[in-house]
Amino acid sequence: MDAVTEVTTFDLRTDSLRDVNAALHAPGLEGEFVIAHPAGAHNVAVGIDAPVKLTVEGHVGYYAAGMNQQAEVTIDGNAGTGVAENMMSGTVWVKGNASQSAGATAHGGLLVIEGNAAARCGISMKGVDIVVGGDVGHMSAFMAQAGRLVIRGDTGDALGDSVYEARIYLRGTAASLGADCVAKPMRPEHHEELGRLLKAAGFEHDDTGDYTRYGSARNLYHFHVDHAGSY
Amino acid sequence: MCGIVGLHLRNPALYPRLGELLTGMLCEMSNRGSDSAGVAVYGDPGWTPPGRGCVSLLEVDGDTESISAAVSSVLGAPVQVTVLGDTHLLTADVDSAALLAAAKTAHPDALVAGFGADLAVLKGVGDPATLTRSWGLAGAQGWQGVGHTRMATESAVTPSGAHPYAVGPEQCLVHNGSFANHATIRRELRAAGVQFDSENDTEVGARFVAARLAEGRDVETALKDLCATFDGFYTLLVSNRDSFAVVRDAIACKPAVIAETADWVAMGSEYRALSGLPGVEHAAIWEPEPEVVYAWTR
Repeated sequence: MDAVTEVTTFDLRTDSLRDVNAALHAPGLEGEFVIAHPAGAHNVAVGIDAPVKLTVEGHVGYYAAGMNQQAEVTIDGNAGTGVAENMMSGTVWVKGNASQSAGATAHGGLLVIEGNAAARCGISMKGVDIVVGGDVGHMSAFMAQAGRLVIRGDTGDALGDSVYEARIYLRGTAASLGADCVAKPMRPEHHEELGRLLKAAGFEHDDTGDYTRYGSARNLYHFHVDHAGSY
Repeated sequence: MCGIVGLHLRNPALYPRLGELLTGMLCEMSNRGSDSAGVAVYGDPGWTPPGRGCVSLLEVDGDTESISAAVSSVLGAPVQVTVLGDTHLLTADVDSAALLAAAKTAHPDALVAGFGADLAVLKGVGDPATLTRSWGLAGAQGWQGVGHTRMATESAVTPSGAHPYAVGPEQCLVHNGSFANHATIRRELRAAGVQFDSENDTEVGARFVAARLAEGRDVETALKDLCATFDGFYTLLVSNRDSFAVVRDAIACKPAVIAETADWVAMGSEYRALSGLPGVEHAAIWEPEPEVVYAWTR
């Protein structure tokens, strides 16, 4: 006989967000949780550090699942500004679209956005993997330091402006590239890496050959003394 | 911050609920700014009876009888005065321009909050929930409404600094953000003969758009001119008697969410402002792209 997993359900029409987040911060937490009726609330499920499964049933506001560690969080709706910002590990999966600054500064884990992400997706990302099912807005991967950003659609202007060592895989077209961001060849290890990311995000039927890799030309890395007057 | 909301109803069955829905949207945005608030309501048959000229005034001295008598005397026609919080709403069986001229003559120090057929503009200083109660907004009807909750940055917390800015006939503008070069543009508009009520940056945007519309441009062209002329951060909602338009600056850091169903189009700074609208669970929901003008007409 299979073990029956008990699911704990919170309802944000009646439970205060502070109480719900506090309950999700309990030491030694495990199991499955549901948050119903978020109605666009901010800060839903921030700061979890436990190997739990959590489903949020509806649209969320700013910073949902921010600073996540270990947890598998599914948002069955759209997410506002800064979903999974500063995530360290675990998974945040958005079934709808995400607003600006998705995955900002995140150090680890996987962020999947099945729909589109708005401006500044992956801004200053520091090791997270982000897979976007649709398009991303302008200034995505701005100053991205580490991690991988996979975009199955197109991008707005200035993709990868001032990018450091993050790798960007783009299937569609970039409206324009930002400063110091260039296309680079797809070597076997890149096909392999991209294939793993697509599989993890449920897009395993994509042909990695349809993607272009973008990254830093590394021209902004060094102070050129000859140009001192320009700085 | 600041919060902005707008609701453009397509299904007349919802007209009786406009005020109730707008109240919920506005109050949900209170914690984006709660030093002042304002709304524009298009089409409440009690406040702004069809066919009558309408003028909304703030900072006008006197009781309703004396205000009515003074404006009626200049106009040569009876003027109805309704008190809604700090706003005095004047209506008469003349066009709004004639009523506005008479009101300015009778009360030269009053602040004109808005004017035009079917339009009531209510604003004040204080907490949005308290203000909406003082206006009786939840009982208002109509086909379109916009609202603003203010966190002041560019000018003082006064009724003249509160949004909406309704400076052209039947027009209304609300703004989240700040214009950087408003002083320069205000000087240019003043040199061209445009008069201002405040030192507020948004008023410059509203007067710029009103001047373009008065020259015969459509709202889309006027807003593209604004994008080309103004520097700064903005999400703008611009309404007219029959239309409703949204535009964001090129950086698009000021938030905006649009939702659309067969029954209505709604815009809010955040989704939570829209979460109480009937049928929102089946709405198409998206964020407006930078420097793209989105417009709907009745």
